[in-house]
Amino acid sequence: MSSTVLSPPRHYLNDGYGVKSWLLTRDHKRIALLYLAGVTFFFFVGGAMAVLIRLELATPPGDLVSDETYNKLFTMHGVMMVFFFLIPAIPAVIGNFLVPIMIGAKDLALPKINLLSWYIYMVGGLFTLYALIAGGVDTGWTFYAPFSTASSTTNVIPTALGIFITGFSSILTGLNFIVTIHRMRAPGMTWFRMPLFLWSIYATSLINVLGTPVIAITILLVAAERLFHFGFFNPALGGDPVLFQHLFWFYSHPAVYIMVLPAMGVISELVAAGCRKPVFGYTFVAFASLAIAVVGFLVWGHHMFVAGESVYAALIFSILSFIVAVPSAVKVFNWTATMYQGAVSWETPMLYAYGFIGLFTIGGLTGLFLAAIGIDVHVTDTYFVIAHFHYIMVGGTIMGYLGGLHFWWPKMTGRLYNEGLAKVSAVIIFVGFNLTFFPQFSLGYLGMPRRYHAYPPEFQVLNVLSSAGASILGIGYLIPMIYLMWSLRYGRLAGSNPWGAVGLEWTTTSPPPTENFETTPVVTWEAYDYGSTVEGHVA
Amino acid sequence: MPDAAPHALPDAAHHSLSQPTQAEVALAHQFDSLEQQRDATTLGMWVFLVTEVLFFGGLFTVYSVYRSSYPEAFAAASHELDILLGTINTVVLITSSLTMALAVHAAKVGQRKALIAFLVVTMLLGSAFLGIKSVEYYHKFVEHHVPGPGFQFEQEYFRHAQLFFSLYFMMTGLHALHMVIGVGIMLWMVAWAWRGTITAEYYSPIEISGLYWHFVDIVWIFLFPLLYLLGRHAH
Repeated sequence: MSSTVLSPPRHYLNDGYGVKSWLLTRDHKRIALLYLAGVTFFFFVGGAMAVLIRLELATPPGDLVSDETYNKLFTMHGVMMVFFFLIPAIPAVIGNFLVPIMIGAKDLALPKINLLSWYIYMVGGLFTLYALIAGGVDTGWTFYAPFSTASSTTNVIPTALGIFITGFSSILTGLNFIVTIHRMRAPGMTWFRMPLFLWSIYATSLINVLGTPVIAITILLVAAERLFHFGFFNPALGGDPVLFQHLFWFYSHPAVYIMVLPAMGVISELVAAGCRKPVFGYTFVAFASLAIAVVGFLVWGHHMFVAGESVYAALIFSILSFIVAVPSAVKVFNWTATMYQGAVSWETPMLYAYGFIGLFTIGGLTGLFLAAIGIDVHVTDTYFVIAHFHYIMVGGTIMGYLGGLHFWWPKMTGRLYNEGLAKVSAVIIFVGFNLTFFPQFSLGYLGMPRRYHAYPPEFQVLNVLSSAGASILGIGYLIPMIYLMWSLRYGRLAGSNPWGAVGLEWTTTSPPPTENFETTPVVTWEAYDYGSTVEGHVA
Repeated sequence: MPDAAPHALPDAAHHSLSQPTQAEVALAHQFDSLEQQRDATTLGMWVFLVTEVLFFGGLFTVYSVYRSSYPEAFAAASHELDILLGTINTVVLITSSLTMALAVHAAKVGQRKALIAFLVVTMLLGSAFLGIKSVEYYHKFVEHHVPGPGFQFEQEYFRHAQLFFSLYFMMTGLHALHMVIGVGIMLWMVAWAWRGTITAEYYSPIEISGLYWHFVDIVWIFLFPLLYLLGRHAH
């Protein structure tokens, strides 16, 4: 802190103004904010589709939209949410902001590549948005062949191209994080002194670089089959449609872990700071992230239990799917053990952490139902599956994302938001979420199939509950938009460490200077070194 | 990016106010040393090549599945490929890998003229490969071996031979696209070498371009036997 007293504090937000200083920036913190704008936009586009879906399903007959429009709605909801919100949200926004700061570096290893990946992401997103405006696409976000390659008359190619392009953004971001974590750590920042968030981001990046190229080539094969009649998947041309499903899920199942692993990393940080304790069993949690990344690549076959897979393959995929639950459970147990006898806080980020742990546990346990072949056959393609993966993706990823955003918002902007409103909206989101998706478990178990715009009258009560929950959830998502924007101008100044947390990001100013630290930090302590200062609280 | 205000950085000698040396110009602001920068960019290229392995890996998987399902049709279709041109192309490409390796060496020892010469030769060999490949494509077009409505093949193997040629065009086409990008990178590197940006201290751009070039060659080393050679004696 050698700067002179009179000049205003220099930080990354006032280091240059104007459009160019943002659109050509190579500062990871500014790129994180560019991503924040992008993912928020696509979140609300995907959310608008969800609103229409739930409105249609409020009544049994298909009365609001036609069946064809409905197909387009759930396809676009899935595409927007999965590829343009859930996958990039935590890594590209929170990860981009924090990875260099948490390891004590000035920036990511490849800042130009980082900016490039934001542009790629936006171009891919706009392509997909074009496909949406030009009439939509009706294949479902899974693009199953041969419907997608031979039958569908909608905008399959522009949508697929948008996803293909955005894939490169995932790959480049993952590559950047891997290189940065390997090569840019500050002196003394050993692997086992890193915050657990970084282990999660590292594991996520491994999946990004290993999985995304496979979906890229799969999309190209679909496009080639559609455009040139290359018969890779269409039986009429000599191909095999189940092969498409294998290739698709080889990426898209690990993609679930791309979505949830970063959220788990956020929760580790929130729990440690909220309990003023080191995370219980640090090494177990760290290696659990890697275990999820590795085993997650071996379970894709559980999406094909009813698609003509051999019994032996199904058995092995079933066993592996049970095994992948173990490292996830390790994390849940360790977070709970961290809280045990801790001075647990009830501040907003911690509310999201509690929400995450509860909802992720329900999502994970119902995942075991689906790993068991007998039950899976009964509930395949029903609302049970919908409820399960929304508990993981919305209950897990979005809770983690919002928790992280609230925790690091003061660091990113230098301002505090209204804590009271934030707590209220966290509770609204939790209630709204459960009301939306819990009835869907029952609906699915009773036999309501997914992807239909009409249903028999006996399912109406549960569907109305779900639609009512969705409207509460929607309000819960809008309130943070308002008070977070408000805080940018009117929020109280945060100071460098409003939570009294440890970690390198809390040692620099809020907002941080352009190169993050005045001098490169030298790390001599372990992660979550709450140590002696906390002893008093516990005793 | 506008440079940050000159902080007093006690640990970074290269932030001194004297005239910057060539090494300081090449050093990006986020790194502490050229060595760290070289390590990071090289690791970045290796990770990128891993993604490429998975990308082509998807294609090889599709190829393997169908080859094992329809061995006779694939052998019959494979027989239609021009083994002479394929072999010549293999030799051309392996030679280009040699000249690329020599270019990297020239960069390391700071021989600017040799570096430019080897890069140009590598580029020419790469272009020769693409030229020969287009001749092969033209023959396939004339022989009605391009999948689609005009495809012709003996009735017994018609559908699966078409599958073979779909894979042939997809695999060699994507490989050729990588070659085109590679030639573009070489052109860029020639410009850098010409301007004197590449020095014995700062040659990692040449090194990682070389990694890319060798990778694209290795893909061909797998494509050639899979498409041209396997099962050839069966017919």
